[in-house]
Amino acid sequence: MHPAFSVIFLTTLIGVGQGLFLALFTVESYAAFDLLPKQASRFYALGSLVALGFLVAGLIASFFHLGHPERAWRSAAKWRTSWLSREVIVLPAFMGAVFLYGAAHFGGFNPVLATLPSGAPVNVTAILGVAGTALAFALFICTGMIYACLRFLQEWHTPLTVINYILLGGASGFVLTTALAAFAAPGVAGFLGGWAIILTTLAFIGRAAALLRNARLRPKSTLRTAIGVKHPRIVQKAQGAMGGSFNTREFFHGRTAGFLRQVKWVFLLMAFILPLGLLAGGFAAAAFVAQYLGLLAERWFFFAQANHPQNLYYQAVS
Amino acid sequence: MTQLALVIDLNVCVGCHACVTSCKEWNTSGQAGPLTDFNPYGADPTGTFFNRVQTFEVGEFPNTETVHFPKSCLHCEEPPCVPVCPTGASYKRKEDGIVLVDYDKCIGCKYCSWACPYGAREIDEQQKVMKKCTLCVDRIYDQSLPEIDRKPACVKACPTSARLFGDVHDPDSEVSKAIRESGGYQLMPEWGTQPANHYLPRRKTQLRIFDDELVRADNPLKIEGRLPKPAKSEPSLDDVTSW
Repeated sequence: MHPAFSVIFLTTLIGVGQGLFLALFTVESYAAFDLLPKQASRFYALGSLVALGFLVAGLIASFFHLGHPERAWRSAAKWRTSWLSREVIVLPAFMGAVFLYGAAHFGGFNPVLATLPSGAPVNVTAILGVAGTALAFALFICTGMIYACLRFLQEWHTPLTVINYILLGGASGFVLTTALAAFAAPGVAGFLGGWAIILTTLAFIGRAAALLRNARLRPKSTLRTAIGVKHPRIVQKAQGAMGGSFNTREFFHGRTAGFLRQVKWVFLLMAFILPLGLLAGGFAAAAFVAQYLGLLAERWFFFAQANHPQNLYYQAVS
Repeated sequence: MTQLALVIDLNVCVGCHACVTSCKEWNTSGQAGPLTDFNPYGADPTGTFFNRVQTFEVGEFPNTETVHFPKSCLHCEEPPCVPVCPTGASYKRKEDGIVLVDYDKCIGCKYCSWACPYGAREIDEQQKVMKKCTLCVDRIYDQSLPEIDRKPACVKACPTSARLFGDVHDPDSEVSKAIRESGGYQLMPEWGTQPANHYLPRRKTQLRIFDDELVRADNPLKIEGRLPKPAKSEPSLDDVTSW
């Protein structure tokens, strides 16, 4: 497939926003059970603002993918069948939850609604946090399923696609939260850094598993099934147009196999190895920058690697 | 239930591209148009087409065959492009099974084209909406046309009648008979899309003559006369005179 930068930015940016929110609420949940020192509301409000910034940036990027952005509102219509439509609904809902969560912390509106049997209080922000967490995971699932549900794009049609969207987004969000905590909430920076290392390691394992799986894939469709001629040797002599078409632009990455391999090593290094080293050394901000750049390369590779069966019809110009 | 479709006979197609030009002419000036072209007379022309004819070479020289392969939307009975559309712009008509795009609802996200394993959908780079074969839906029901002309433009244009049009759910239709009797098949059956369009394979016409058909083995009593002389095993006049 041809990697579109609008979608690369959309998926990586909202992944950071989702992971950041999950990290914030993890800290608040731990603090509610006195497993971590209580943090000032300012930390959560600031974190929510940053998360919202990433989500808005991702949403803006997504509009550049559309031929008719002014009709984008229509895309909420077919949520019963389309994962894309579901994502279009869940993304604003999640943004709303993050906004309310941040606003409740910023405005200090946080009355205790109930008390758990253990004595831990259930605040307004806890309810909003649980709702936001559910929506964050729903959004990860929607984003992943947009690709995983396309059964003939065999590189994507695996549960690993959804798992990796969750792990990669979660890892980048936790790394950024670690960087934020370094100056806004130093008491939890070590805790977040630990989770950032764990999630980055898990994401590395998940992505490596997907790479290994895809390296062993055998395409289900061949030229034989594509044109229905049962002969082992079929060669295309003309594709019906000399100057290229939508089919030759949208479904080919236009780079060499060697370039693809280089991008793979770059993203394995930038998104996983380098951030792990930087996190271990305590440079969380640098780790985030490196990992985000690595994730851009990872997402580019994710699209470029997928081989669409329609390419069988576009092997030779003439 | 009706399912209109094309049946394309690869045994007859000569790869003349008449269906391509006829399709383009009808649809660029019709309800589905324009099918925008960019740089049509320049070095790098590109444009939107509903139908393309490709050419494949099968086998190794000298045992090769050229297969001309017209390719358009197959109007699948289980179209994977329809459920993924977030707006409902991509839909399959209940009454005749034609898969269409509502250009006024399409947001141009291209997701449906990713979901089509055949590459049958092409975005119009000027109108920024997805376009595809409509089976000439603005033509086949047009009461102002004589009945014989109520067929897709590609079918009307084909000089070798390689393209048949009809209801593949009606067992007595021309297309159903062709599929049944000439080995009609679907493209990429492995994905379960059940394309409505079918292709008829390349065929070789051969006449087999058995020996007993030459010596009238079915006339043992020689009622109609004697067997031909010389018999098949005896030397013929040529054999006798040539030495």
